[in-house]
Amino acid sequence: MQFSACGNYKTRYVDEATIFPNDTGRVLVAVLLLFLATLPLWLSPYLVFVFTLIGIFIVGAVGLNILTGSTGQISLGHSAFMGLGAYATGLLAQAGLPFWLAIPVAGAVAAAAGAFFGIPSLRVKGLYLALATLAAQVILQFAFNLFDSRGGGTSYLSVPQATLGGLVLDRERLFYYVVLVTAVLAVFAALNLFRTRIGRAFTAIRDNDRAAAAMGINVFAYKLLSFSISAFYAGVAGALWAYASGVVSAERFTLLLSVEYLAMIIVGGLGSVLGSILGATVITVLPEGLRVAADYMSQVLPQATHLFLAMRFAVFGLIIVGFLMLEPQGLADRWRVIKTYFNTWPFRY
Amino acid sequence: MSHQLEVAGLNLSFGGLRALVDVNLHVDAGELVAVIGPNGAGKTSLINCINGFYRPQAGTITFEGYNITRQPPHVIAGRGIARAFQNVELFRGMTVLENLTLARHLHLRYGVAHALAYYGRAQAEEAANRRFVEEILDFMELEPYRHKVVGTLAYGIQKRVEMARALCLEPKLLLLDEPMAGMTVAEKEDMARFIMDVNEERGTSIILIEHDLHVVMDLSSRVYVLNFGQVIASGRPAEVARDPRVIEAYLGDEAGVAS
Repeated sequence: MQFSACGNYKTRYVDEATIFPNDTGRVLVAVLLLFLATLPLWLSPYLVFVFTLIGIFIVGAVGLNILTGSTGQISLGHSAFMGLGAYATGLLAQAGLPFWLAIPVAGAVAAAAGAFFGIPSLRVKGLYLALATLAAQVILQFAFNLFDSRGGGTSYLSVPQATLGGLVLDRERLFYYVVLVTAVLAVFAALNLFRTRIGRAFTAIRDNDRAAAAMGINVFAYKLLSFSISAFYAGVAGALWAYASGVVSAERFTLLLSVEYLAMIIVGGLGSVLGSILGATVITVLPEGLRVAADYMSQVLPQATHLFLAMRFAVFGLIIVGFLMLEPQGLADRWRVIKTYFNTWPFRY
Repeated sequence: MSHQLEVAGLNLSFGGLRALVDVNLHVDAGELVAVIGPNGAGKTSLINCINGFYRPQAGTITFEGYNITRQPPHVIAGRGIARAFQNVELFRGMTVLENLTLARHLHLRYGVAHALAYYGRAQAEEAANRRFVEEILDFMELEPYRHKVVGTLAYGIQKRVEMARALCLEPKLLLLDEPMAGMTVAEKEDMARFIMDVNEERGTSIILIEHDLHVVMDLSSRVYVLNFGQVIASGRPAEVARDPRVIEAYLGDEAGVAS
């Protein structure tokens, strides 16, 4: 095993296409995954739930990054697709479908909706497309509200706990493993996508759609494919969220969440799978971190809890502006710079 | 014998501007044909019609017996027509290797499921594909730049990547839109050699748009001269150069100068 190669010593083309250029990365990821698997054994249920949330938003953010970061199509409707997945899961779970079937089906429902709402991308680009996807958000949100108020009043959709062969995957501990496995699968699928013809076609459309068409890429078909893959990820994230929270309501899937998703991929790094992971982690942990900080502060300053809750949005906005100005490539690029630095460290050649 | 590419009675106008007027043109398999003409004569518009970017109002374009008029660009690329752009239109954020691999899109056949799993078929096809891309890299002498991001390369190199990318489609007909514009003499000579090699070794037919008349005379077997959207002369390079209408188009009307 080598720590890190300082040159390219590959002898086969297959080796150059691997996800990890050397054993170090493989070992580190394996250790990290083992560590994550032990979390429910020693962490408090609350913190396990935070990690569950991080996992869910990683799935969603990876999906949005495929569409916005890599294909260059801005979407303001990502939270609506997530909501669609959550509602579909709620209904499917109540109908008695096992979770391992309900999750992909919910993803497929969202993917179909994603492809439908992606149709305007044939004609409109950039800001105009962002507005067209905003329509998806508004329409679906309206549908969720209608659903919530069915039969008068407000009745939320309750989701039964996931079970696997008689074993109840409780929300506090065991369901975390479902999220962990799904997130790992989602990340690897996305990494694979970007070393194949489909991922390259996405990037080509982002960089230069005229040239992409001249190279034989059916631009519209691939835009729709990108929309539906991205919505599939959102749908799966919504399905996981439905199981994890136990109740589905329209309040959670507002435009704000779509904007939070955009914040995740901007903070993490557009077009980078690693960036989606980092961004989702930061944006999910941030409000929780602020709350913990507020709790500590309130011992000294009784008003702190109030103040911090009000400051949440301000801090959120500051972080986005800060990243756009100081680190527009996101955390993923910072990580790349650190890695490059240590490639030859401690030598200076 | 029918021609590989046949353009008949092509008309294209933008509003009131007639970009192409009754253009007739043909290319035989393995031929290198040049299209010349002053700026704004409609050369690039012609290429854009053949390649599917523009939809001509009238006329037909037939390639190997198929009517490709007004077909979308990706379908025409699938028929075996590739192009290089005048203003370099590469995928600037990608490396040279990624640009070329992307152009292999049509030659890779695995679907979404294989792509997501990256196992078996996808992996095998990608490796075989890489071998082909390396051949093109070698052919166009681009090996030193393989992993360089295209946006950081010198202009002359970018033009070469542009042509290499078109070659990765394994085209039967290659449309080259001013491949030597803005190059130094040495770079032009290199590029001329590449164009000849593609034509002779790979047997690819080429339509070449070029301003440098020396290059056109040396490389092409036939020349079409466009002026204000019309073909004003065609034939062997030496004949065309003597044609009074061509001289008039390039140098102006002698009578006009006199009066």
